[in-house]
Amino acid sequence: MAVSVDEAVSTGPARDHTPPARRLGGRGRSVLEIALLTLLAVVMLFPVLWMIETSIKENRDVYAIPAKFFDFTVTLEHYKDVFVAPGGGRSALSVAFLNSVVVAGVSTLLATVLGVPAAWAYSRFAVKAKKDQLFFILSTRFMPPVVVVVPIFLMYRQVGLIDSKLGLILIYAAFNVPFTIWMMKGFVDEVPAEYEDAAMLDGYTRLQAFRLFTLPLLVPGIAATAVFALIFSWNEFVFATFLTSSDDVRTAPPAIAGLIGGTTTDWGLVAAASVVFALPVLVFAYLVRKHLIAGVTLGAVRR
Amino acid sequence: MAGIEVTALHKRYPDGTVAVEHVDLSIGDGELFVMLGPSGCGKTTTLRAIAGLERQTTGDIRIGDTLVNDLPPAERDIAMVFQFYALYPHLKTRDNLAFPLRAEGLPKSEVQERVAEAARLMRLGPLLDRRPRQLSGGEQQRVALARALVRRPRAFLMDEPLTNLDAELRADMRTEIKHLQGELGATMVYVTHDQVEAMSLGHRIAILNKGRVEQIGTPLEVYDRPASLFCAAFIGSPPMNLIEVEVADGKLRSQGGLALTPPPGLPRDRRLVAGVRPEALEVTEPGAERSVPARVVSAEWLGDEIIYVVDHSGQRDVRVRMPPTVRFAADAPVGLRHTGGTPAVYDVSTEELVA
Repeated sequence: MAVSVDEAVSTGPARDHTPPARRLGGRGRSVLEIALLTLLAVVMLFPVLWMIETSIKENRDVYAIPAKFFDFTVTLEHYKDVFVAPGGGRSALSVAFLNSVVVAGVSTLLATVLGVPAAWAYSRFAVKAKKDQLFFILSTRFMPPVVVVVPIFLMYRQVGLIDSKLGLILIYAAFNVPFTIWMMKGFVDEVPAEYEDAAMLDGYTRLQAFRLFTLPLLVPGIAATAVFALIFSWNEFVFATFLTSSDDVRTAPPAIAGLIGGTTTDWGLVAAASVVFALPVLVFAYLVRKHLIAGVTLGAVRR
Repeated sequence: MAGIEVTALHKRYPDGTVAVEHVDLSIGDGELFVMLGPSGCGKTTTLRAIAGLERQTTGDIRIGDTLVNDLPPAERDIAMVFQFYALYPHLKTRDNLAFPLRAEGLPKSEVQERVAEAARLMRLGPLLDRRPRQLSGGEQQRVALARALVRRPRAFLMDEPLTNLDAELRADMRTEIKHLQGELGATMVYVTHDQVEAMSLGHRIAILNKGRVEQIGTPLEVYDRPASLFCAAFIGSPPMNLIEVEVADGKLRSQGGLALTPPPGLPRDRRLVAGVRPEALEVTEPGAERSVPARVVSAEWLGDEIIYVVDHSGQRDVRVRMPPTVRFAADAPVGLRHTGGTPAVYDVSTEELVA
């Protein structure tokens, strides 16, 4: 069992690279597969491609009819507009991005700091009505945000958390803690409790044993869980729209959405802002992709 | 080294399950004490309570003269060996051994000395620079034993340490543990569900069932006179034959007429069951002297012995251990004869040994 955990949480490359099996139908089949997959990829990725193109086109090319696919002048003007206000100084969008970084980062940190020890406790200790408690924790995720946003708006107005970053951080953390507990409990279950028992007999307290032996083995799981939480907080739109109003507090999703509408829409700016918004999560997910896959598949197979 | 006293131990989990109902143990200094029982009998919980990994609901635990109820595991000065070895995966063997000593804050030279000594005792020399995942199961368990040794604790607790090893290795490690225990004069509490392990290792064995101690005794006592029907059915492979008997003409007689010598002091007017070991019976030619008619149901040919399963009027599946030279075909009519001494006799209603 100990060995299987080591393998599951190993950060090194997988040991058995089985060569792709040659399937029935041989060449004809694989051509068809590739053709279908290419078609799907084009359909799925076209909007993304168009977004990237729009973000680097000059305005007259953006509105050109027929649309220009290749022969347009490349400009980074829109990206400049994302960060710099027309009269110089910071733009409202750049403030929104910074807000997003703060809100998503702090709420993820909070959810992880609260969720990981909770998951450990639920995994290790005999708790009264453990299953009911865990189900209750999960049940807080059952309701779609839109359903609870009005009551939360009213409560926040009472306690003065409306239109504050702290308010968003708290609500995102509240949404991420159940998720963190459930996902991390799976990881903790996979780490044999004997490590902690042994460490406690060797002279450490329970918490030291957790910190020194279990926690290092949980790092990949924590990374995977935190990325999921981060993506949720980064993308969240409903609460951000309802609970914030001023440019100082607003996060990127409502800020970008706010660019659309009015008399004219600067599509180049919208596209550039969207690209900037999408990049951090993509990069982050790419960096921890191994952990992500381990995180999603761990425990899926009974060893 | 020190003895261990467990008094009226009771453990109930917050969710209401009772793991240990009532356990009293008195383990001597330098004794190899085995706790034996089926899974869920409370043996591991009792061990973990002694280690301090579980807090008992009520009851007292003393190690030496110290009442350790409220001491954390680290301050009880004991070492434990786990079923899954629990070697720290990121540390080499050498560091795994040194770990508990460093935790105690011993000087470097002393740590090295003790690690070397433990490595010599468990013959770990070539393995010192490997990590746990590079070791086989048997090697890992030797490292785990060595890690328990370096501490020079007052007692060793072993939680099914051999269960994950294959049969051959298990026999070797059994010998090794027994030898080590004798050499160190260590107090050792050993938990297992394997009766062979318990019989071959233990100075004394405690048989646990449903959170209670059914019997404590030397391996021979436990084998010869199981204290209850549970122990009778648990110890021995194949287990004791439990034959319903009545007292008649100064003999214990089964329904089929098998006659056994009654032990003195039998109570009257109670339904009784005699426990007869398979080697205390004999399969004979039909009609042999003092034999009762029986029929062979099946025979297990084990090489060094044959286990016959026979029916004898009303009593099904009586197991008889015979030398491999005595051969009867399945379904053959045979005789069944008691050759042993006085059997253990149990009361059917209380399930306990009465004489």
